[in-house]
Amino acid sequence: MGKLSFYGQGIPNVKEVDYTGKLIVIEGADCSGRSTQVTLLRQWLEKEGHAVSDAGLRRSNLVGDAIQEAKKGNILGKKTLSLLYATDFADQLENKILPALKAGFIVLSDRYIFTLMARDAVRRASSKWLKKLFGFAPVPDMVFYLQVDPQVLLYRSFETYGTLDYWESGMDICLSGDMFESFQIYQSLLAKQLDIMAKEYDFILLDGHENPEAVQDRIREKILSIK
Amino acid sequence: MKSEDFFAAGYNGRLIVVEGCDGSGKSTQLYLLKCWLEYQNYPVFFTEWNSSKLVRSYTKKAKKENMLTPTTFSLMHSSDFADRYEKMILPHLRAGYIVLADRYTYTAFARDVARECDYEWVRNVYSFAMRPHLTFYFKVPIDVALERITAARNMIKYHEAGMDLELSNDPVESFRLFQGRVKKEYDRMSSKEDFVVMDGTESIEEQQQIMRRIVTNKVLLNFNSNIYEEFLSKVKEISG
Repeated sequence: MGKLSFYGQGIPNVKEVDYTGKLIVIEGADCSGRSTQVTLLRQWLEKEGHAVSDAGLRRSNLVGDAIQEAKKGNILGKKTLSLLYATDFADQLENKILPALKAGFIVLSDRYIFTLMARDAVRRASSKWLKKLFGFAPVPDMVFYLQVDPQVLLYRSFETYGTLDYWESGMDICLSGDMFESFQIYQSLLAKQLDIMAKEYDFILLDGHENPEAVQDRIREKILSIK
Repeated sequence: MKSEDFFAAGYNGRLIVVEGCDGSGKSTQLYLLKCWLEYQNYPVFFTEWNSSKLVRSYTKKAKKENMLTPTTFSLMHSSDFADRYEKMILPHLRAGYIVLADRYTYTAFARDVARECDYEWVRNVYSFAMRPHLTFYFKVPIDVALERITAARNMIKYHEAGMDLELSNDPVESFRLFQGRVKKEYDRMSSKEDFVVMDGTESIEEQQQIMRRIVTNKVLLNFNSNIYEEFLSKVKEISG
């Protein structure tokens, strides 16, 4: 990465040093095939002799559990949820991602601030507020975005879990009393937000309907081009 | 401070805030004010910094284990604030309560900037919060605050002294330096944010008299609590 560049004001007390690692992000909806791609990519990178570290959402030691606990109760304000996720991301960033990048690791991030911004935007947070809030996030070397039709996500969700998830259906924002309908509306709104960001932030688009190996080949091809 | 939500629904309540360094005496004064308002049958709701049921235990653990950076310290406290704001402060204001807040967004503005977070960034984080109707700022010299804290608990807390900033290895010296920065931020906000500046070195009684007078003139004169009084008397009738 070299010197870090940030989307906004950056982080206080981050030393001006060389970050020799690479930050690679994979974005996409739940059931878009993200984790499969991350796993395949990791295997390949390690086989090639790279040290790999991973990151994602809701994995921080600091508030990962708090978010889990809060979501169970279903009584969480929109701003609270967004700030808790921001806290979670900041903690992983400073305690895990940056140290790994400094040590020369390739960090694979299973989702990044874009998913958080998309979710909040659907919940009516202003884009100005969100951009400023996440101004402490470094610009990754590459952002892949797995695009999948909401109708296909619906099938996959049923195949995988047998049921729809409360939060993945956006039930907290009362789009529809019917969970099935809510899922369809919510996922389309999310996809729309990510599509807008794709242009603004230069995402590399991947067709999530293709078979996983074909998708993986395309990711590797892109990564080889930056090495 | 702007807030889209602020204009959306009827806000009949009033928001009164106390701010100041640790040891400035603000909590004592707010407590006395609360007693006085309750005695007169005003609908009162009290809330304090860092007390959300959801977030607080995690903050406590994180502080103990020294896991926080300036950024996560700030975001953790904003999560705590947002949870109280969305669940309690805002609904009470809408319902017509006088909300008494022991510390509000200004605490974050002062402390987080003292921890070198970006000035505009912190303000943006809290921009969803409505502006108080009245803010009292309790000003005391750092040495007075220090004396009060050490007299009360014989030790200074790690984060209170800003030890995480490594300004000095000596807690007392670190407290002076860090709270000096916090105080500078408060002073800077004082006129811009219309703080009522209180001399925290005056006697407790003297300060409380001033506070009550200002609250009467600025808040109570055009505040109608008739329905609440009626409601209270009904409650008493039933339970009595």
